[in-house]
Amino acid sequence: MQIYLPIAEVSVNIFLLLGLGGIVGVLSGMFGVGGGFLMTPLLFFIGIPPAVAVATEANQIVASSFSGVLAHLKRKTVDLRMGTVLLIGGLVGSGFGIILFNYLKSLGQVELLVQLCYVVFLGMIGSLMFIESLKAIRNASKPGGAVPKRRKHNWVHNLPFKMKFRVSGLYISVIPPLLVGVLVGILAAIMGVGGGFIMVPAMIYLLGMPTKVVVGTSLFQIIFVTAFTTMLHATTNFTVDVVLAVLLLVGGVIGAQIGTRIGVKMKAEQLRIWLAIMVLAVCGKLAFDLLVMPAELYSLGAGGH
Amino acid sequence: MIRLFALFLILALPAKAEEIVLGLSRDEVAITATFEGSEILIFGAIKRDAPADADGDLGVIVTVAGPDRPVTVRKKDRRLGIWVNTDAVEVDVAPTFYAVATNRPLEEILTFTEDLNTRVSMQRAIRSVGATVDDAQSFTDALIRIRSDQGLYQTIPTGVLVQEESLFRTLIPLPANLTEGDYKAEIYLTRGREIVDFYVTTIPVKKVGLERWLYNLAHDNPFLYGLMSLSIAIAAGWGASAAFSVFRR
Repeated sequence: MQIYLPIAEVSVNIFLLLGLGGIVGVLSGMFGVGGGFLMTPLLFFIGIPPAVAVATEANQIVASSFSGVLAHLKRKTVDLRMGTVLLIGGLVGSGFGIILFNYLKSLGQVELLVQLCYVVFLGMIGSLMFIESLKAIRNASKPGGAVPKRRKHNWVHNLPFKMKFRVSGLYISVIPPLLVGVLVGILAAIMGVGGGFIMVPAMIYLLGMPTKVVVGTSLFQIIFVTAFTTMLHATTNFTVDVVLAVLLLVGGVIGAQIGTRIGVKMKAEQLRIWLAIMVLAVCGKLAFDLLVMPAELYSLGAGGH
Repeated sequence: MIRLFALFLILALPAKAEEIVLGLSRDEVAITATFEGSEILIFGAIKRDAPADADGDLGVIVTVAGPDRPVTVRKKDRRLGIWVNTDAVEVDVAPTFYAVATNRPLEEILTFTEDLNTRVSMQRAIRSVGATVDDAQSFTDALIRIRSDQGLYQTIPTGVLVQEESLFRTLIPLPANLTEGDYKAEIYLTRGREIVDFYVTTIPVKKVGLERWLYNLAHDNPFLYGLMSLSIAIAAGWGASAAFSVFRR
């Protein structure tokens, strides 16, 4: 069954959209990533104009993250205090990011930058997580070696403005989470995603937060950043397609609920290794597209200077 | 006196031997939520004062053109091992939809000069002015190729059916990814590759119902539209969460 999207101005299959929303929703609930880095390229692939895909995706992430956060709040696995600190950094960062994005756009080649950003960051994060989780699984399977080591004190713990994050069981300076927030905000604005796939590893490896809390906290921060992005796109570019968003989020919210439940049943190491594999797969696909000669050398873009 | 003047006026005008009388299967195309593309039947008759004289073959050309929007065509090239956009050409005249249907191959029923004047053929209808790249033609060719794959540009060499040298009809398929606006339908009648008559009409293509309402809201009241989109997202997120907790009980 086809449906015509009023803003995107294309006709697409309803069940295809519901299915895409569902699959990405499951992943979103499992790993605490918004799913934007998967959904946005998928939407391009089925013929949604890029500007509409990016803007609408932001709106859809609001829904799936909200659904996911509610599930996490019930189990008290959201560090609201940490989330708020990250959010403050995130909003500042996305402000910077939009300025940077527009500057690069005026130089041309912004597309290439976005693609390279994806390849570099996804590749780095994916391989780091993969190696780390593999080690953790190997250690855990050794008889008697299952005791997880406490995080060593490093430079992060010697900074001023310390704050107690009770849910995470941390007593650290607010500077590192603020910086993580800013960095994620900048990247999120340039790459057009929620930024969960960068934030989750940063929270685990940089801030030393427990994995169970990381997912809920990341989702909490993503809601606000993507809501902000949605409003920006809706008021400046008129590219939010509400019909497309509704179809994606019907699949997405249901998927997120299922995903959250799967996530709870899985071991933290397993969860991380699957996220790593997924991140590496997307990275590989993007790198492949850059390196291999495309079937159509020409592409069309909106005209006008 | 007036009668004499009127007669004079009629004599002064070149008398048309053959004229087009046109009919359309529909006055407008409405884009609804379940729009899956459509087709439009263009038919008509050739009115004659005298029986058809055989000075050259009869040709009927039907074109349908969507609203013009400039397009940037970019070309990728290999730089440092990766494929990046290098050259770009701005195609100033690029209809969002263009179909040419003829009763025989176009070059058999239209001279090159007439095509230059009327810009009927695909190659003439889509053009870029003042391109700075050497092979600007390959960029327009690429545009035509990409849009043809999407069903937006069509050349139908035997699409017009002519009966008894006086009745003609053609079916123009419209894809689902139509751009809103006034579509211009032009019908040319040729004899011996020269145009003897032409007829122009517009077919409005517009969104209706919910599609219309949402589109207007998004453009006229974007802040409200953004808030509405967010509320729907929050409500859906909450709804799914609530529904699942009911199931679990």
